Amino acid sequence: MKRWTAVLAALVVALVVSTAAFAQTRLVIESWRNDDLLIWQNVIIPAFRKHHPDIELVFAPTPPAEYNAVLSSKLAAGTAGDLITCRPFDLSLELYQQGHLVPLNDLPGIDNFSDLAKAAWSTDDGSVVFCVPMASVIHGFIYNKDIFDMLGLEEPRTEAEFLEVLERIRTGSRFTPLVMGTADQWEAATMGYQNIGPNYWKGEEGRLGLINGTARYNEGGFLAAFEALARWRPYLPRGYQAIRYSDAQNLFAQGTGAIYPAGSWDISVFRAMVGDLFEMGAFPPPLPEGATQCYISDHIDIGIGANAASPNREAALKFLEWVTSQEFAEIYANELPGFFPLSNHPVEIQDPLAREFLSWRESCDVTIRTAYHILSRGTPNNELDLWNASAQVLNGTMTPQAAADMVQRNLESWYEPQQRR
Amino acid sequence: MAKLANIAEVPVGTSLCEGWKPVKRVRKFPTHIVVFLAPAVLIYTVFMIYPMLSSLWLSLLNRIPGEGTGFVGLQNYVTLLTSEHWAPRFWNAFRNNVVFFVIHMLVQNPVALALAVMLHSRIRGAVVYRTVIFTPAILSVVLAGFAWRMVLNPVWGVSYTILDFFGMGDLDRPWLGLEETALVTLSLISVWQNVGIPMVLFLAALVRIPDELVEAARVDGANSWRVFRHVQLPLIMPSVAIVAVLTFVGNFNAFDLIYATQGSLAGPNFSTDIMGTFFFRTFFGFQLQPGDPHMGATVAGMMFLIILTGVLLYLFGWQRRMERIEY
Repeated sequence: MKRWTAVLAALVVALVVSTAAFAQTRLVIESWRNDDLLIWQNVIIPAFRKHHPDIELVFAPTPPAEYNAVLSSKLAAGTAGDLITCRPFDLSLELYQQGHLVPLNDLPGIDNFSDLAKAAWSTDDGSVVFCVPMASVIHGFIYNKDIFDMLGLEEPRTEAEFLEVLERIRTGSRFTPLVMGTADQWEAATMGYQNIGPNYWKGEEGRLGLINGTARYNEGGFLAAFEALARWRPYLPRGYQAIRYSDAQNLFAQGTGAIYPAGSWDISVFRAMVGDLFEMGAFPPPLPEGATQCYISDHIDIGIGANAASPNREAALKFLEWVTSQEFAEIYANELPGFFPLSNHPVEIQDPLAREFLSWRESCDVTIRTAYHILSRGTPNNELDLWNASAQVLNGTMTPQAAADMVQRNLESWYEPQQRR
Repeated sequence: MAKLANIAEVPVGTSLCEGWKPVKRVRKFPTHIVVFLAPAVLIYTVFMIYPMLSSLWLSLLNRIPGEGTGFVGLQNYVTLLTSEHWAPRFWNAFRNNVVFFVIHMLVQNPVALALAVMLHSRIRGAVVYRTVIFTPAILSVVLAGFAWRMVLNPVWGVSYTILDFFGMGDLDRPWLGLEETALVTLSLISVWQNVGIPMVLFLAALVRIPDELVEAARVDGANSWRVFRHVQLPLIMPSVAIVAVLTFVGNFNAFDLIYATQGSLAGPNFSTDIMGTFFFRTFFGFQLQPGDPHMGATVAGMMFLIILTGVLLYLFGWQRRMERIEY
């Protein structure tokens, strides 16, 4: 009897609490970061609610590959959440042009971001900003320090050294030298081609060259990057053609592989998976022969905006304002090591591996992935072509030249500045 | 016999032709039929016919530069079948789909038939076999795809472990990662999963054959093969045909297994891309490629056309010629 009274009492309390909660403004956040669900629920949202206890937040992620499709159908149907996590450049620009995103020029705190960071979510003329920049990700290589120590290897600085290290691991141990698969295709392009590429096409110079039509995928640095990628083939794990991203993560985390071509977002994943099993280090993409200046892909990756159709715009803007603050930058950078804040606030990053990645910003010039800005506005899609081409180069079903020609031909077919020559 | 008996029961003196005189009486409108049909017709119209027509209509529209969305006639179909970017993808998906279907017809249905005949011959433990073989069919496709991906995984899959145990580890290939093998592998996974359904249909047809027919053949000295070839197979032909059509429709609508194992890019290099995944990618978009509802609906329209052609061929080419056998 007593138990039932207790249950009843609990139910009544739950009811009262939930009705009280309904009296608050409830904001739903659309996101593709389902890996971050717990951090949003346990850290970020409670931190925000300390300032605004009247606003309730629900983090509602969709799997990354489906996010864009799901989001655009939800927006079209009017059922999307109040806050929208923004993909950089063209995709969000299209959402803004369709009237789904609120202009944020007047948002207090938006000036805390550099123009480069804001450029990812501005109209082409730069007059309107429609998402608050949250974080960028940096590419490089994470390696297993224990294996390096065991074999007496050092961090490679040039491509020749890099290949030598790989060769020594292959012949001198049972470890997989380079842990990556091509089954999901995007790793080949993102952690392969776009990771090492900036060193070959000189970062922004090459990327802007593609946009202006002065550089081409099938010549110079862009072709050289495909050729460098093809040299990875002998060092990939057995059956890499069927190895997926999560398989590769597991392979490396279990200590069976030496070097992992990484995005900095992998840091938080590996921190959880590897634990104390072995020590990790990181080195930037190795330099091609004769090069002195290094370039890294510091890809502006994630922002957040407000749904124009939301009935709770005021509350949504309050949240966005908080996203521009020092407090948010600190929480985000340290709870999710590998996502680097884009604001001008000085932020202390604790994770040594993430600090290592971030330190490359000082010595190297930064750029973003080539297909994200402007070049993804036509059919066939440039980014998807790069996925296919990079995966085929690694699978050995296409020569670097053929892959580069295919990407260039498809881009030329619709992109006017590339047709001028 | 039935007809004769009825005539015999007619009371003497009534003209048998009476029924043929022009009847003056007006038939009452069969309201009850309408009432009984209404729920089905209504639900079918709202959830099947209307969406299909609306999708076909969508395929006749497209964005016209400077005018917004407008009617473009069959232009989208022309683009799909002739443009240098759409046509190769479309024909690639179509070709792969044909291969997918042919493998099902050559493997799934004969194997299902063989299993049905064996189970019907009252072997010991037939019920157990039947259940075991049918079980994959009730598994979720996502689960089946995931399980097979694990089995074939080059890193921790059992296929390598087993082969390696017999010293044949070198024979293991990343089956799902090679252009030459991925489609066949996926087709066979699909066969493995679905073989139970045609098997049960064949079994049901076999059970319906009266024992006398089989026994008579046996008395005449026919062996098992001849019984099957000349008695059982002809009698279950209607089921064989139905299974063929179901396979055809199912295969050209297939999507889930490929999507679950290879993702909507249907890699490597689109070698496992079939109509369903091609449609999904076109309609909903993928990664940086935005969705295109009009071209997507055009792909769906072509799928409809292909399936319609196949089913019509069956209806007029086969079903009409088939004898109806009553036991």
